[in-house]
Amino acid sequence: MDASGTSRPVIQVSRIRKRYGSTVAVSEVSFTVNEGEVFGLIGPNGAGKTTTMECVEGVRRPDEGKVSILGLDPIRDVYQVQNRIGVQLQQAQLQKRIKVWEAVDLWASLYPKPVDGNQLLEQLGLADKRNAWFMNLSGGQKQRLFIALALINDPEVVFLDELTTGLDPQSRRAIWDLVRGIRERGKTVLLTTHLMEEAERLCDRVAIVEHGKVIDIGSPKELVGRHCPSRTVILATENALAEESLGAVPRTESVLRQGFQFTIQGQGEDFVTEVIQCLSENRIRVTEFRTVMPNLEDVFLKLTGHSIRD
Amino acid sequence: MLRGLWKLTWLEIKIFLREPLGAFGSVLLPVIVFVVISRFAGNRVTPGNVAATGFMRVGLPVFVSVLISLSGVLSLVTIISIYREGGILKRLRATPLRPHTILAAHVLVKLSLTALTLALTAVAGKRYFPAHTHFPLIGFTVALLISTWSILSIGFLIASIVPTARFAQPIGAAILYPMIGLCGLFTPVKALPPALQVVARALPLTYAVSLLEGISKGESWLAHWGDVAALLCVFAIFTALSTRVFRWE
Repeated sequence: MDASGTSRPVIQVSRIRKRYGSTVAVSEVSFTVNEGEVFGLIGPNGAGKTTTMECVEGVRRPDEGKVSILGLDPIRDVYQVQNRIGVQLQQAQLQKRIKVWEAVDLWASLYPKPVDGNQLLEQLGLADKRNAWFMNLSGGQKQRLFIALALINDPEVVFLDELTTGLDPQSRRAIWDLVRGIRERGKTVLLTTHLMEEAERLCDRVAIVEHGKVIDIGSPKELVGRHCPSRTVILATENALAEESLGAVPRTESVLRQGFQFTIQGQGEDFVTEVIQCLSENRIRVTEFRTVMPNLEDVFLKLTGHSIRD
Repeated sequence: MLRGLWKLTWLEIKIFLREPLGAFGSVLLPVIVFVVISRFAGNRVTPGNVAATGFMRVGLPVFVSVLISLSGVLSLVTIISIYREGGILKRLRATPLRPHTILAAHVLVKLSLTALTLALTAVAGKRYFPAHTHFPLIGFTVALLISTWSILSIGFLIASIVPTARFAQPIGAAILYPMIGLCGLFTPVKALPPALQVVARALPLTYAVSLLEGISKGESWLAHWGDVAALLCVFAIFTALSTRVFRWE
């Protein structure tokens, strides 16, 4: 969980480019992932996240630029790299009628030091599905199996590509817990997602990717602080003097009034505290009070001018 | 290099047999065809009826073997395109499995099932076979495996070019089945019009049929080295072509 940059870099991507025919999938991407960190590539579909990740995995060769993983070249040393990484691919499938245990057993046979497959299935909540065919698993169970396959070789780096896309909220939360578990085991994780909530909950640091370029990199908190420093308080009061008092709170940017409801926007970490102090000092009685904190979604909107879902 | 080959092959055989239609079409159908035709034709086999005896001894086994072989190739085309479309090939490739190991496993699966089907046919059809005649089953099996192996390379090329899994079966059938008409199975190649003879000589199935017929008649391998060489050439050419155009995703 070290994002301070003091730990050793495990992945270094420097100015990679990749095009498919006339389409530029990745036009300039650079980032570094440190040991034990969960790093997210976030951006809309088609931003170049998956291509970037596949270049790091050694599945694709970048047209330009340099990638280094665990000190190795993912293309030249692909087989060495494959033994030390675990991969979950976006929208991958297995043979329809392969049984869960057979997939785990096959994967385990491919690596020099696999972990215990039964124990892994147990940890991922798939023990009672050992004999089920892949085609009969639910979406969440399939993803858990893919996580099991990605962890079977006790990898140092785990790649998770759009891990929870298409899952219901409950399965999604269960998968998030599993990813936290992976980090607690000291593994480095590189993941892609277009879900800002997922990135905020899981990632130590994220790179925002749009049109094949990295726009900014930082921890979710840093990014929010850097690009969306304003805080919003929404409250309801019948006090006639409220508007004036609230406008006097230091670093207030705007006070919007709709009937009895006020929306107050201001800058800085202490802004909410200062609004509360103002209410207390002026004895303003409120019937509703909530804060709206900006999140990565707002950062994305600010940086790109459009929502990630557009 | 071969890590995972046997495990993957065995796994793919099991998975294939779990697909009821696939298992029926590839393994049981040829056996049923052989038994049904044998029941009808077997009654006519009398010491004097040379045509019927020849049909039972050579024609029918070769015909059924060609069926076994082509349905194996067709099933390979379908499976590879489904695996590609579903991202299964890509998923397997992101493991230490070498790409050629994955493809070799599929070839081994088809060859094993070809041998299994032939064995089942031999067991089920034994009692219909003309009495007091020897059938060189082992040599015939080897000949069929060489033929299937060779034609599988064409299957890989077809699997490389079909756009989606949905087209795999019809395109594969459209390329493979017309060969049956000209390969000498029904009309000897020498009896075909000259232009069609040229076409027939370009078809790998023609050499497969010639080899299978020769071996089932008890002719020597030496007499058919040309057929074997032609089948190996087909294998070399089509394997080289498919390694150039094969797509994993």
